[in-house]
Amino acid sequence: MVGVIHARGLVRTFRGRGRGAKEVHAVRGVDIDVQAGEVVGFLGPNGAGKTTTLRMLTTLLEPTAGEASVAGHDLRTDPVGVRRNIGYVPQSGSSLPIARVGEELTDHAALYGIPTAVARARGEELFARLDLEGVWTRKVESLSGGQRRRLDIAKGLVHQPPLVFLDEPTTGLDPQSRANLWVHVSDLRDKAGVTVFLTTHYLEEADVLCDRILVIDHGKIVAVGTPDELKRRVSGDAVLLRLADPAHVPAATRLAAALPEADEPGVDGDVVHVRVPNGASALPGLLRELDRAGVPLAAVEVRRPTLDDVFLSLTGRSLRDAETPAEGELVGAR
Amino acid sequence: MNETLVVFRRAMRLSLRNPTWVIIGLAQPILYLVLFGPLLKPLASQLGTGNAYRLFVPGILVQLGIFGALFVGFGLIAEYRAGVIETQRVTPAPRTALLMGRVGRDVVVLLVQAILLTLVALPLGLRAPVGGVLIGLVVVALLGAAFSAVSYAVALTLKSEDALAPLLNAVAMPVLLLSGILLPMTLAPGWLEKLSDINPLKHVVDGVRAFFRGDFSGGTAWWGLGVTAALVLLGFWFGTRTFRRESA
Repeated sequence: MVGVIHARGLVRTFRGRGRGAKEVHAVRGVDIDVQAGEVVGFLGPNGAGKTTTLRMLTTLLEPTAGEASVAGHDLRTDPVGVRRNIGYVPQSGSSLPIARVGEELTDHAALYGIPTAVARARGEELFARLDLEGVWTRKVESLSGGQRRRLDIAKGLVHQPPLVFLDEPTTGLDPQSRANLWVHVSDLRDKAGVTVFLTTHYLEEADVLCDRILVIDHGKIVAVGTPDELKRRVSGDAVLLRLADPAHVPAATRLAAALPEADEPGVDGDVVHVRVPNGASALPGLLRELDRAGVPLAAVEVRRPTLDDVFLSLTGRSLRDAETPAEGELVGAR
Repeated sequence: MNETLVVFRRAMRLSLRNPTWVIIGLAQPILYLVLFGPLLKPLASQLGTGNAYRLFVPGILVQLGIFGALFVGFGLIAEYRAGVIETQRVTPAPRTALLMGRVGRDVVVLLVQAILLTLVALPLGLRAPVGGVLIGLVVVALLGAAFSAVSYAVALTLKSEDALAPLLNAVAMPVLLLSGILLPMTLAPGWLEKLSDINPLKHVVDGVRAFFRGDFSGGTAWWGLGVTAALVLLGFWFGTRTFRRESA
């Protein structure tokens, strides 16, 4: 059986701007398979090709090469069929501040040919499910960030698509609204049977929410797996040493590298990090050696592997560092 | 077609709820009419007409048609920024419907403004044949449709108010001066009149003036209507092409 998303060799090349500009290879041959009922996370730093891939899968951008079937319809030959069967919640939001909440929903539904009365009934049910009761006649601008995001999601679901794309659904939300939204996204799968494909910057989010994760970097998928599988790829604990004086980085690096079974230590400003099979038991000896070498420490940390470590080991970059938007990745930014 | 109606209905509702721009758009030509029109009255015979307003109102109507429609792109940029356009583009609605529904709203708003303006001109002294005035209003509506489509297409390409504003102003100023909207180009020295002949809008203004005179037999009126129809085709071609283009 062909999955809800089945993409092979998707490529997107942008023409550069100006004279003599080089072509930009945003996506260089991406294969994606998503099965019905999955919540799949799409991770990658800005500029990695995440948004470009998402825009191709949602028919907003035509692939330069490759083929894909999305929600049972061919992306190239039947984009309208794809549109009928997917919901899309863009990062920029989807609602006009001066419009009224309920009308935003029924207007959007009308573009799918859904009569207003039906849209209203569905909308009220969706609003109840998403804790949005009592906002129907209010203006969009009077909603909180979390409410607005849930309105966007309601709009993405009003035509009852089997597959919904969420582009960074919790970016800009406070931690409480974020946790709240996670519950709603899980419910989409568990209670409504909707397949969810989401992009995110937050590894914690991917960890909590996603059945499977795809990691993209430099326009290629560099890893696929469940959060646990990916974490198992990174063996051992990270030991982080924050030095009181960056001048001691070479000495600290040398001592860290000398630990039994240690990998190549890395340096990030005044922090030296090294991976060892058991961080807690390696630490006392290391601290003694550092003390003997006259390297004063500001802080020490031992970390169990997180998805962030997975990301770092796969892409050489931390997702947190990548949070500032890069050129070409900002679409519909405010 | 149905989707065009959906987009139109939504745009119309938003305009009615937030009528500030509709009112400002109407106040300006009325000010022209009340504060500039009287200056032309003593010049009527010099301008070759018995009724200065029969000359002036068509100009102001065409001006309303151009400027009322040319700036609608700003609203589209606001919608784009809110993610509305992107969200609508992922629905099965045809891209042309997303454009035409909005253009339809602009034409309706423009027609209401134009009718009000004409009614205000009556007590001031406008005398013109009803048939001519009605055709004149149709020409203004068509002109508005053309400029509204162009404005949306340019806005969707630029996606920034900061880029759109200077561009529109740079185009609007010479077009206005070379169209004979305020004073007919027959007053101009030869070189200026020749220059203005290149401007299609001059022919539109002359056409509407001919209709207001009740001069249906001369070529001027129908030539003006023809130029307007050509502008509509050009504007719609540019607009739909832009809206159909991916990542626009």
